[in-house]
Parts: sequence; structure tokens; C-alpha cells
Amino acid sequence: MTMMTHIPILQAEGLTRRFGGLTAVNGVDLSLALHQIHAVIGTNGAGKSTLINMLSGELPPSAGRLQLQGQDVTGWTQHKLARHGIGRSYQRNNIFLPLTVRENCRLAAQSRAQRAWRLWEPAQACRTSRALADEAMERAGLAAQAARLASELAHGQKRQLEVAMCLATQPVALLLDEPLAGMGAEESARMLDLLRGLRDGHAILLVEHDMEAVFAVADRITVMVNGTVIASGDPAAIRANAEVQLAYLGEEEGAHA
Amino acid sequence: MDIVSFLIQCLNSVQYGLLLFLVASGLTLIFGIMGVINLAHGSFYMLGAYLAFTLASLTGNLFIALPLGIVLAVAFGYVLEWAFFSYLYQRDHLQQVLMTYGLILVFEELRSLLVGDDVHGVPVPALLDGALPIGNDMTYPVYRLIISAVCLLVASAMYVVIRRTRLGMMIRAGATNREMVQSLGINVRVLYRLVFALGVALAVLAGMIASPVSSVYPGMGGQVLIVCFVVVVIGGIGSVKGALVASLLIGFVDTFGKVFWQDAAGVLIYVLMAVILLWKPQGLFRAG
Amino acid sequence: MQPNSSAPPSPSLQDLQDVRRPPWLAALGWIAALAVLAIAPLVLTADSHKFYIELLSKVMIMAIFALSLQLLIGYTGLVSLGHAAYFAVAAYATAMLAPEGGPGNGWLLMLGALGAAAALALVVGALVLRTRGVYFIMVTLAFAQMVYFVFHDTKIAGGSDGTYIYFRPEFNVLRERPLTVNDPVQFYWLVLAALVVAVAALAVLLRSRFGHALVGIRHNEQRMRAAGYATYRYQLGAFVAGGVVAGLAGYLYAIQFGFVNPEIASWHQSGNAMLMVILGGVGSLAGAVLGAFSFVLLAEWFSTLTRHWQLLMGGFIIVAVALLPRGLVSVPAVLRQRAPRRRRNGNAQAAAQASDADARSREAV
Repeated sequence: MTMMTHIPILQAEGLTRRFGGLTAVNGVDLSLALHQIHAVIGTNGAGKSTLINMLSGELPPSAGRLQLQGQDVTGWTQHKLARHGIGRSYQRNNIFLPLTVRENCRLAAQSRAQRAWRLWEPAQACRTSRALADEAMERAGLAAQAARLASELAHGQKRQLEVAMCLATQPVALLLDEPLAGMGAEESARMLDLLRGLRDGHAILLVEHDMEAVFAVADRITVMVNGTVIASGDPAAIRANAEVQLAYLGEEEGAHA
Repeated sequence: MDIVSFLIQCLNSVQYGLLLFLVASGLTLIFGIMGVINLAHGSFYMLGAYLAFTLASLTGNLFIALPLGIVLAVAFGYVLEWAFFSYLYQRDHLQQVLMTYGLILVFEELRSLLVGDDVHGVPVPALLDGALPIGNDMTYPVYRLIISAVCLLVASAMYVVIRRTRLGMMIRAGATNREMVQSLGINVRVLYRLVFALGVALAVLAGMIASPVSSVYPGMGGQVLIVCFVVVVIGGIGSVKGALVASLLIGFVDTFGKVFWQDAAGVLIYVLMAVILLWKPQGLFRAG
Repeated sequence: MQPNSSAPPSPSLQDLQDVRRPPWLAALGWIAALAVLAIAPLVLTADSHKFYIELLSKVMIMAIFALSLQLLIGYTGLVSLGHAAYFAVAAYATAMLAPEGGPGNGWLLMLGALGAAAALALVVGALVLRTRGVYFIMVTLAFAQMVYFVFHDTKIAGGSDGTYIYFRPEFNVLRERPLTVNDPVQFYWLVLAALVVAVAALAVLLRSRFGHALVGIRHNEQRMRAAGYATYRYQLGAFVAGGVVAGLAGYLYAIQFGFVNPEIASWHQSGNAMLMVILGGVGSLAGAVLGAFSFVLLAEWFSTLTRHWQLLMGGFIIVAVALLPRGLVSVPAVLRQRAPRRRRNGNAQAAAQASDADARSREAV
């Protein structure tokens, strides 16, 4: 683990975002490397959502640079970034509720083979999107639920679908926004296994509140407070960092031991 | 165009813009706070005009007709919100559009049944029927200045209420965050009813004071509604300040447009809207 | 899904379970309807029946109009309140391009009409699609009003008086004698053919990748963007397609009526189109056709009852939207929901609700 080669996939330099007078994110440097899970933690209002929105292209940064596999992608729109290998999952279920699980994934995967002008070809006949969808469902552990309506899934399964749709476009960088939100113990454990499995071949950003989960899977942790990074390093270093303990972990330190 | 004509057109622009502001502010408040898009809002303006006509004929005096009309309007707005609009809050926009569209048809036909389809005029009250001299040989009707004055008075009153009172605070809060207002325990239902009645009263007032200047005719509701939509789009939904700026802008563009380019006059405000859309699709100002 | 979003809400779970009825049932319905429409002129041969033939033609033209709006509202989630603009522009183009001395070329006129509608839809769409939600509704209405004013105030095509089309066009097919549509029955066949083509074209479109993407955009535009779709382009494509089909309706209207005036661009026309869609049922091609039939026939009936028929129509609209938000196509589902369903699914529903409540309570933490 210590001799792992560091292949940077997504690099953010000095990312800043201002909303009128308020600076939500201030000069954040972040790097996502292949085969690594990089977690970002911080209290509410620390700027995590704004950060992930900038990385996915939903919000243009007020300042700073973004590089994807060596290419400058600063200011690119979300859909352009998505087509070049960035996948995003949302904190609240952002799926197509009236469609089946398979169709959810297939529709997401279809963006890889849009061919919108071929109007006479039925979408369901598109082999590329179907294959990508099957693969995504398999990886997310939802193959058995393929024919069920997304609205019928249990909450944990919906979160799995959220991740599956993210995988359906075969991204290289995964931006996961609180995938464990609202999950019980058993579902969380399953999701963590899924995340570990995804490490291979992806550069993963994990924004999470669940401290146990973060320390269980992350290879690198960045801590944000009030829009700035106060510490960044491997889990052991973060746990020992005095500033982090003060600002964030606080009394919880005793509970973790 | 000489300076006097220019001044006259400016006065006309301001008068039209301010009248528009009265109507549009009601629309934008109702949408900003209750989230209801109300196509029938133009009908309230028409209601005001026809109220002025009937009440002035009955009482013989526009000065008496005005407060009477306002009282009726507030009562009407209160009842209408309770009986109809309160059911629209939870529905999606498509349903709101259609149900208020149905309401327009009902209002139009009721008007047709009760008052008929003729075009009417409302006489300017004798007291205000003078003309002020401007420049060497032109005059400007006093009544038009009165209209602008009344609108400014109402606008100032609105400013004071919205910026300086608790009710105003609730209104501003409601425009930016509806759920928060509810969770703060404010009696939302009564607030909504008041805001709605206020919106109706503003439109009715505008229709009443405008009636001596623009005639009272069947299609007036629809016309003013769509211009109000343009005001709200340009000004920004829920923003009273935006409604004021946009109304004045439209007042000037429309008035001067009609002077310089008669044929395309009706089209100019839409061109303005298109330009603003290119530049700021969310409108010039944010809510609150 | 928040309340007060502009896109009509996605069908509920109950609706979906009913929608998953066998596809051959829908096909059967279409074939039956087509058969009835095809047989009508063969049965209604008496002179007194001409009125009904012309009424049916009018209804079918409105059905095409409603279908075009259904593509936008029901499938792409774009609530366009100014759709009459494209109908009107096509009708006016037909009137303005039609030669005064004799019958024009039906195909060329159609091309001109559809082209005009497409061009307007492209320009307006490019602008209005920069907005969302209520803004979108308002600006679409405003642009339609602009079109109304252009026709009403300017000297183009007669201003508020309108313009006449003196000769119905002819259609050259296979170098034979050109087909004329002067007779109401001949025109009826033309309209029926157009309706069939419109339905077929939309069905194919909705079956394609493009169509599926539109539905995805309607359900969740943010997710589509996150997946890599340039949603603006898809929406613009849908907007133009909707404009073109509305243009087809406008073209046929101009031919049937022989007269165009600015009122066809009025917001009443746009409102009626929207009503047809919601009356029949949002999100279904059959719904659009059903809604058009119901609305036109209802309007005809109301106007025979009283001069103030709009009062009845207004009241009807309010009641219909309040009671049947999912439109006429949902009537069988609503009826089925009332009795046996509750007994059968009572336990299953209770269990589902319990696990849902569990998940929701955890989410709240």
C-alpha cells in the first residue's frame, strides 16, 4: 500500500467559489488518483457540496484550475465533463423513479452512444447501452433487481442504483456524494464493500459524514472547515492531527479509540 | 422631437409603467410567496375597471367609488383565496395554469352576463379634470399626473410595509423560503390569504384609477396579463424591486416605441424581453 | 419531486402498474379508432352529413395540434403556453404563399408552412429554453403574443382582418391527374392520412434513443446532464419537432377554413391546446387525440346550449382538472382502483408502506 504508484486523474488547484459576498470554497487543492479512495470530510457548511459541484461541472469556479488526466477542463459544462470520464452520484436519490432499474442504467449508459439522429432505430435495440447497463448493475449488485421499478426499491437499493447509474457511463473519476445517506448498518456495510470493489480502475472522491465508514475505506482524507482545507493526508495522520481533532472530531475521538 | 414633447412622452411612460407596476407587483408577490401562477390576475384589473364604471355610475362620484371598490376587492380576494386558490398550492404548474385559465373564462362570461360586452368610458372627476401647461403651447392632463402620484404613494407604502414591518418580513421570508416560514410557526394560511387579497386589491386599484384614461373593454384583462408576465420575467419572480424597474423600462420602451415606430410598437417589449433573456435568464433581480 | 415543479409529476406507482398492461391492447385501440374514422365518410354519405364530415376533419386537425403539444408537455416536460404561434405561422405561410389565381402545389405549400413553423420554433426555442419552470411558461406565452401582434398590428397579411385562400391546393402524385381536396370527403382523407402519419412519426420518435432521452429529461434533467447529455440540444430538438407538427395542423386548418386571421395565434388557442392535452391525459399519444376529440365536441355542444358557453367551458375545465388530473385515459385505472384492488393489495400495500416509512425515517436523520 505504501509503495502504490500515484496516477493523478482529477486535479484541482486553488478552486474557489464565491456567491456574492460569501466565499463558500477558498483555494482548495485536491487530487484524485487511480485505484484510490479520497474522502472529503467536514462539518455542515464546510463547502463540501460546493466543492463537489465544481468538480462535476455543475458550478463554474470563481477561480482556480481543474485538470482531468492532464487536460485543462476548467469551466467545462457538466455534460461535457461527464462525457470525458467524470461520474457523479447525488446525496439525495436522483434516479428515474418511474422506470425500471435496467432502464435507469440503460438510459444513463445511452449517453455513451447517443446517435440521436438515428430516429428509426428503437432505443431498446441499442446493444452498447444495454451491455453497459448490465455491467453497471452487476458491479453495483443490482442484477437481481433489474426488472423492478426504481420506485419499488428499498432505500438502500435506491442508493445502489444511484451508484450504478454513475458507473453506467464508464467514468474514470467517481464523485460520490454521501452514498451512505440514510442507510442502516447492514446496508452501509454492503455499500462499503461495493466501494472497496470500485477502487480498481477508478479514482474515487467520497464525501461522507459517517466517520467510521470514512476511516474504514479511505486511502486519503481531506478535512475542510469553512471552505478551506485544514488538513490532508492518510487516515492515521488525520486522526492524529491536532487541528482536525479540535475542529471536527472533537469529543468523538474518545469513542473511536 | 422637441424637449416638451419628449417630456410629455416621459410623463406618459412613467404613468404607464407605474400602473403596470401595481398590477405586476401583485402577480409577482402571489407567485413568489405562494408559488401559484395565476392567469386570472389580468381579470382583477378588468374587474377594477368595470367596478369603477358601475360604482361611478351608481354613486356619481369616482372618489366614493374608489374606496368602495378597494374594500370590495379585498373581500373578494379573501374569499377567492379561501374558496379556490388555496387548493392550487399543492398542484403542479400545468394544473394551476389550466385551472386559472378556466377561471378567466368564467370571469369573462360573468362580466358579459352582468355588464355586457360594450366598451365604456369613465369620466374623469371634475375636480381633477384640469390640464397643466407645459412649455409654450402644450398642456398635460392633471389626472394622468394624479395616477402617477397615487401609484408612487402605493409603491412607497408597499416599500415601507415590506422593508419595515413584521408582515413585510414574513412576506420577504416567504418569497425566498416557503418551508422555513411554515416551520417557524407563522400562520401561513392567513398570511397567504392576506397576500392574495393584497395582490387582488392592487390590480383592482390599478384598473380603477386607469379607467378614465384607458377605456373599459372586454379584452383588457388578457392584454395586461401578458404584459405583466413580461414584467415578471424581466424583473425576476418574487422581486418587487424588479417589478418596479421592469415596469418602468417597459413603460418607456412601449411609449417611445409607439411614437417612433407605430407598426411594430406592440412587438418592442417582447424584443426587450428577448434581449434580457439572452443576458439574464433569471430576470434582473432575485426574490425578496 | 418537489410540489410546484413545472413539469407534470411522473405517474404514481398505481398508474404504472396499470400502464403495464399488454401492448397489444393499445395497438388494438388505435386500429379500432382508425377503422371508425376510415369508415365514417363511407357511412355518412347524405348531404346533411357533410357538416359531420367537416367537424370530424376539424377535430382531427386539432388532434394533430394536441399531439404536437403532447410531445413537449407530456414527454419532454416542457409546459409551453404559446404553442399556437407555430400553428398560426404555418397557417399564415400557407395563406401568403398560396397563389391567388388558381390552386397551388399542395406539397410545396406544406413545405413552406412547416418550414416557417420550424424556423420560428428554432429561434424562439433557442431563447426560451434558457429559462425553466414558471419563467418558461411565461416567456412561451409572451412570444406567442408577439406573433399575434405581428399579425395583428402590421400590414403583413391583412392585419386584424386576415387573409383568404381562394383555391384549395392540389397534390401531384405519380404524374397522374393531381388530387384535389375541394370536396369535404377528399379533404377528410387528406387529414386522416396526416393524422396517421403524425401519430406514426411521433411513435417512432418516442421509441428512438432521442425519444427515450427526452423522457429522461422530463423525469430528471439534472441526472441526464450528469450522465453526459447536452439537455439543451435535446429540448430544442423537441421544441422544433413540436413546432413542425403544430405547423402541419396549421397548414391543414388554413386549407379547410380558407381564411386566416390573428386570432389563431391568440392565447385562447394556446390555452385550448393545453387543455386538450391535460383533458386527455398527459404523457400519452392516445390522450392527446382523445383530449382533442372531447374538447372540440364538448365546445360544439356547449355552444348550442347557450351564448355564454365559455362559462360552461370554464367551469368544466376547473372541475375536470381538479377531479381528473391524469386525464381521460386514466379513467379505467381510476375505476379499477376503487373496488377490487383495495381488497387484493391491501396487505401488500400495507407492507410496502411500512418499509417506505422506515427508510424515510432513517433518511430524516
